[in-house]
Amino acid sequence: MNITLRVWRQRNSDDAGGMQTYQVTDVSPDMSFLEMLDVLNENLTIAGEDPIAFDSDCREGICGMCGLVINGLAHGPKERVTTCQLHMRSFSDGDVIDVEPWRAEPFTVIKDLIVDRGAFDRIIQAGGFITAPTGTAPDAHAVPVPKADADAAFDAATCIGCGACVAACPNGSASLFVAAKVTHLGLLPQGQPERHSRALDMVAQADLEGFGGCTQIGECTAACPKGIQIDLISRLNRDVLGALTHRA
Amino acid sequence: MSSVSDTQYFTVGEPIADTKAPDVPINLMWDERRFEAKLVNPTNRRKRSVIIVGTGLAGGSAAATLGEAGYHVKNFCYQDSPRRAHSIAAQGGINAAKNYRNDGDSVHRLFYDTVKGGDYRSRESNVYRLSQVSVEIIDQCVAQGVPFAREYGGLLDNRSFGGVQVSRTFYARGQTGQQLLLGAYQALERQIGAGNVEMYTRHEMLDVVLVEGRARGIVVRDMVSGEIETHMADVVVLGTGGYGNVFFLSTNAMGCNVTATWRAHRKGAYFGNPCYTQIHPTCIPVSGDYQSKLTLMSESLRNDGRIWVPVQAGDDRDPRQIPEAERDYYLERRYPAFGNLVPRDVASRAAKQACDEGRGVGPGGRGVFLDFADAIARLGRKAVEAKYGNLFEMYAQITGEDPYVTPMRIYPAVHYTMGGLWVDYDLESTIPGLFVIGEANFSDHGANRLGASALMQGLSDGYFVLPSTIANYLADAPFEAADSTHPAAVEATDAVRERVQRLLSINGTRTVDSFHKELGHIMWEYCGMERSAEGLTKAIGLIRALREEFWTNVRVTGANEELNQTLERAGRVADFFELGELMCIDALHREESCGGHFRAEHQTPDGEALRDDDNFAYVAAWEFGGDGGGPVLHKEDLVYEAIEMKQRSYK
Ligand SMILES: Cc1cc2nc3c(=O)[nH]c(=O)nc-3n(C[C@H](O)[C@H](O)[C@H](O)COP(=O)(O)OP(=O)(O)OC[C@H]3O[C@@H](n4cnc5c(N)ncnc54)[C@H](O)[C@@H]3O)c2cc1C
Ligand code: SF4
Ligand code: FES
Repeated sequence: MNITLRVWRQRNSDDAGGMQTYQVTDVSPDMSFLEMLDVLNENLTIAGEDPIAFDSDCREGICGMCGLVINGLAHGPKERVTTCQLHMRSFSDGDVIDVEPWRAEPFTVIKDLIVDRGAFDRIIQAGGFITAPTGTAPDAHAVPVPKADADAAFDAATCIGCGACVAACPNGSASLFVAAKVTHLGLLPQGQPERHSRALDMVAQADLEGFGGCTQIGECTAACPKGIQIDLISRLNRDVLGALTHRA
Repeated sequence: MSSVSDTQYFTVGEPIADTKAPDVPINLMWDERRFEAKLVNPTNRRKRSVIIVGTGLAGGSAAATLGEAGYHVKNFCYQDSPRRAHSIAAQGGINAAKNYRNDGDSVHRLFYDTVKGGDYRSRESNVYRLSQVSVEIIDQCVAQGVPFAREYGGLLDNRSFGGVQVSRTFYARGQTGQQLLLGAYQALERQIGAGNVEMYTRHEMLDVVLVEGRARGIVVRDMVSGEIETHMADVVVLGTGGYGNVFFLSTNAMGCNVTATWRAHRKGAYFGNPCYTQIHPTCIPVSGDYQSKLTLMSESLRNDGRIWVPVQAGDDRDPRQIPEAERDYYLERRYPAFGNLVPRDVASRAAKQACDEGRGVGPGGRGVFLDFADAIARLGRKAVEAKYGNLFEMYAQITGEDPYVTPMRIYPAVHYTMGGLWVDYDLESTIPGLFVIGEANFSDHGANRLGASALMQGLSDGYFVLPSTIANYLADAPFEAADSTHPAAVEATDAVRERVQRLLSINGTRTVDSFHKELGHIMWEYCGMERSAEGLTKAIGLIRALREEFWTNVRVTGANEELNQTLERAGRVADFFELGELMCIDALHREESCGGHFRAEHQTPDGEALRDDDNFAYVAAWEFGGDGGGPVLHKEDLVYEAIEMKQRSYK
């Protein structure tokens, strides 16, 4: 099939940037979206033009490196997949497709479709961990964890830190990302001692980074490739509230 | 015995040996080594600086642990966050000799299985320690909140994994690597927050700096600004992963490269067993020329899926229409004791043979079925979904087929590299002060790695082994004062700049990827699942010619002073050429078959690998021979005292 792409091009973070149109011919439906961009980039290179910069690494939906806004949707039209797992069979011959980077204030565009997501790392630094110095752990079977809790913790822990939730949210909120980590660690017995400070510190860091507040719109969950549920945000709010009462 | 024909490619140097493992019984070695190791007292640790390249299970766990211990750590990765290291993609699980199943497992059994699985080409002392440390890893990960799968009683669940008969594999659904890495990443971020670790993301290491023979720094390129920087420290650690991408198509992430270890090799670090590569039997087959990478289907699927091809060559009926009698469950037939759970090298070769006989399925006849119909009938769809849901989803996403209804199609793909920089018992390379951990070293898996053992090794190296051994090294510091103005640092940095400029100035007519793909084809064809003297000799010629063309005809667009992905890839591919040649030379000189290295000339009458213990029970540690000069082979004899060498059999 043949596709028309309108792609955001921006030389660096100081450049204003703008959309540019490209034709891609002979696209196979079995190609991934990123492989289609690879083919375009090969052609651009041969023509002596600067290829389009975009992030990807694992290309199997787990590292969280990729992320494009495709036709206005973070990670594209298909539910619960990352951009790298999106295949061209989700499109039709003659389609015109818009491709843009994540847009959110804390995510600066570095070049073309690549943004800086360092803010997510700093949120984890603020409290997204359990303090367990190497070599001090008791036997793994010392504390049994009910299977239901372990499973729910796992579900929350599948967040890949891609940032689609932020890109999809009209407020640019990182609440789903924060809630996923707070839920993962807060459901486990090992995570209890730091449960309150964790929630508070992570939320405070998210505010500091300039992410918006949550008004329960739900675009985050809709865009999330890992199906992280919006009700985790209520849990986050409870933990934050608990922390504040705890402190008072 | 090396034949005359291959000596035109290399020369033989002095033998090499590990001198660090203490001379005590194997079960006491690690205790003894830790006891005799010098310590660095806590106040001095702050004055000692450590560079760690890599944030995967190995590098990330090491950086977190050394930061916590009080050293000044600088940590580097090429991704935008340490959490994205390729370890994140590991699916199936991590081994540990916990014997929680009470099924007869023990440190000794894990040790035995690993040595046997590696086809008696690994070093006993290192493997024994790995098995010992394995139990501590699980404790550490659980304490960090890694959500391993659990049973209804709340205890950890285990499963069995290819090549062994006990259940010792811990897992977190099909995302074990992700969960383990997030555990290490979170511990690392805690140290970054505490100011103990300085993190450099989107920085690519392009060379190592040696001062007075010791590794004292690295040269990196800031991948956003293009600035070439020099970082100095008391010691340098490489945890930069494997080099499977020399084949272009592999299950590795797009950015996986050999540059860090290859540059160190050029500076004097010996490269151990480069030809030992693992071809994983259960990957999604190639669908077209545009293919950028291959996707693994965890081999845990082999616990419940049955592998088969039609009995008749060219039978292209819908698999569901092929009656039982006309199916060949070839692994169950050939290896009744292990069936579908034979080690990876055996399973991969058997698939290739079936396809070579014309019985392969799917496009191009390069595929075999992995069928869950029996498992679904026996356990119910729900149970199968609970175990493998995400893998089935991934398969459906990529192929557009529903594996609950029609059997999966799989084919072997390059997955892991057992070879890597040679290290001693302390994980120190032949360059003093250059330590190598995780997949980047050669140490534990011999000629073939067992499933769920790479994660174990990465975390063993990073959390437990390196922190002890590096202290012993650092206890001798301070070394000669050296900052980035030291002549050796300036020279290395200038050389990197020059190389970058050279790549940018060629301005030829072919893309970097076109070269990489062509190199990958050569490697897959001649240095893949089956190798022969004729093929390898041909490959060496082809690689040399291609490399020459690369340096005169590649087109690298843009400039250095910007984010330039073409330039990044060009540097990596340039190093892959040199590595590829060494891999072929190594494969050519090893006139035997062992593990993942199968030489067509050396097989038993029924097509199994034929080792030659009399002549090849050694590690091939290659020294760089200079541009244009051949490499120098140093042999480390492998001595088996705790385990008796046997012909591997899974029948
Ligand atoms: C799809 C897949 C599934 C797997 N499943 C399993 C499994 O179930 N069980 C198991 O035991 N093993 C499994 N493995 C193998 C295992 O995942 C790896 O061997 C292991 O994770 C490697 O860890 P590492 O820390 O050594 O390297 P990696 O995780 O590869 O990390 C390398 C690090 O080095 C950095 N780096 C590399 N080069 C440079 C450079 N030049 N400059 C700066 N930084 C650099 C990267 O940024 C990264 O941070 C699997 C592998 C694959 C591909
Ligand atoms: S919550 Fe979902 S969308 Fe947000 S970072 Fe995590 S995986 Fe991505
Ligand atoms: S590239 Fe890793 S999730 Fe898409």
